[in-house]
Amino acid sequence: MLRDITIGQYYPVDSIIHRLDPRVKIVATFVYITALFLVKNFVAYGYVLLFLTVSVLLSKVPFPFMVRGLKPLFLIIILTFGINIFMTKGEIIYQLGPLDVTKEGVIQAVFMGIRLILLIIGTSMLTLTTSPIQLTDGIEKLLDPLKRFGVPAHELAMMMTIALRFIPTLLEETDKIMKAQMARGADFESGNIINRAKSLVPLLVPLFISAFRRADELAMAMEARCYRGGENRTRMKELSFHGRDMAAFLLVTVLLVAVVIDRF
Amino acid sequence: MSIVIEDLTHVYNPGSPFETVALDHINLEIGTGEFIGLIGHTGSGKSTLIQHFNGLLKPTSGKILMNGLDITGKDVKLREVRQKVGLVFQYPEHQLFEETVYKDVAFGPMNLGLSEEEIHRRVTEAMELVGLSFADVKDRSPFELSGGQRRRVAIAGVLAMKPEVLILDEPTAGLDPRGRDEILDQIKNLHKKYQMTIILVSHSMEDIARLVDRIIVMHQGKAALTGAPREVFKHVELLESIGLAVPQITYLMRKLKNLGQPVREDLLTIEEAKQEILNWLRRK
Repeated sequence: MLRDITIGQYYPVDSIIHRLDPRVKIVATFVYITALFLVKNFVAYGYVLLFLTVSVLLSKVPFPFMVRGLKPLFLIIILTFGINIFMTKGEIIYQLGPLDVTKEGVIQAVFMGIRLILLIIGTSMLTLTTSPIQLTDGIEKLLDPLKRFGVPAHELAMMMTIALRFIPTLLEETDKIMKAQMARGADFESGNIINRAKSLVPLLVPLFISAFRRADELAMAMEARCYRGGENRTRMKELSFHGRDMAAFLLVTVLLVAVVIDRF
Repeated sequence: MSIVIEDLTHVYNPGSPFETVALDHINLEIGTGEFIGLIGHTGSGKSTLIQHFNGLLKPTSGKILMNGLDITGKDVKLREVRQKVGLVFQYPEHQLFEETVYKDVAFGPMNLGLSEEEIHRRVTEAMELVGLSFADVKDRSPFELSGGQRRRVAIAGVLAMKPEVLILDEPTAGLDPRGRDEILDQIKNLHKKYQMTIILVSHSMEDIARLVDRIIVMHQGKAALTGAPREVFKHVELLESIGLAVPQITYLMRKLKNLGQPVREDLLTIEEAKQEILNWLRRK
């Protein structure tokens, strides 16, 4: 049941996108988001869509798998669509009880809908093609210059690595405890909100206890291997910048420039 | 309660790169009052299989019949199934959550919607069955008990539902020898005295050999071998090739036999072996 969540998941195949430097992918994602929010008309969406299609195809991640990741966010997309369609003032083309559907509203709703979908697919490209370890490595490197101002880049990255590392473990644990309580007749799915909240106690108490136990054990294990912060640490895999990274960087810059030019 | 498994297949994450076939067309029959030992190396599908017995997992295809009723059907009341088939997970003490032992053991019966008196009766009974002193521990927090005691509280929590079938997934993992023997004795007692159908998952071939009527060997999602312990443990090479073993004492008897001594090699317990060796020495 909890295993169905694909958002933020890594899809392990070998592709040119997977091999890109994580730093490039992180920066490219931010550039992509910026470009997406600068889009003012449907033509510019064409550029973004083209860029996204090319990267999806290159990444070898099957499209249905990505769409499955959209499912949990479907409600948000529908909600945005609905609010836009009814709440925008302008030329009325249809009346639904007290609600007016305007021409501007429809356009606005479609516009926002596309933006959301492109945003979700585009950003999930980052996590789908970058393993959590690479991702945090990239973040640490990107934050490196900030160390001078006292930002604990390594510690932050380490915290993120650990958090990411334990998401599947905790999900598994949740699944296990849920099943154990269900085997004792617990019901997590029916009843009103108050009853449902109450029914979570048998799940949350054991889960917290086990999370603290795990944290304790992990701290001990790290200590036993003489872990200490970032200074003078070397790494197994050094990040390096290749020709393909430069190409990717140029491509996303071209996208941004195209979108900006389109605005004027 | 009889359990019949027909052509059961379970696939995890179908259609994704993480797709794995955990159970592969399994056919099994478990009779009322049987004591079954389920063995297999890690990842052979044991845990997946037992979660089908009380409807925690739905099969990808196939049927599970409980007394002739297919529990994979849509309108089956799963709570009733779960009352009849008690499942004790690995490290069940990790599921404890209440402030007192009494409340925790009462969680199952409470969910069944029983009356106060009935709950009280069942909790007392269940704690007695696992050898916990009701008066001493009922008001204590489960978290201040020892590991072995905590495990027994968790098992009592399942027994308080009065299941007809009890499934235990490695109930002795991580316990000291004494705790292990006590729990196994109590399980044996449940089978003998209350004719409960028991399915025991264990990695200890000794425990399996000593306790069960019939063994089911799982390998790569299939039931590779089933039969009485004496039959199953004859297949030493096969068992070893799938990462299992036979009881130590069986190895000893085989060695003696291979050295040319006229002893039986299909012995499973130390008691049996002792007798056989004594007989052999007397004959000499």
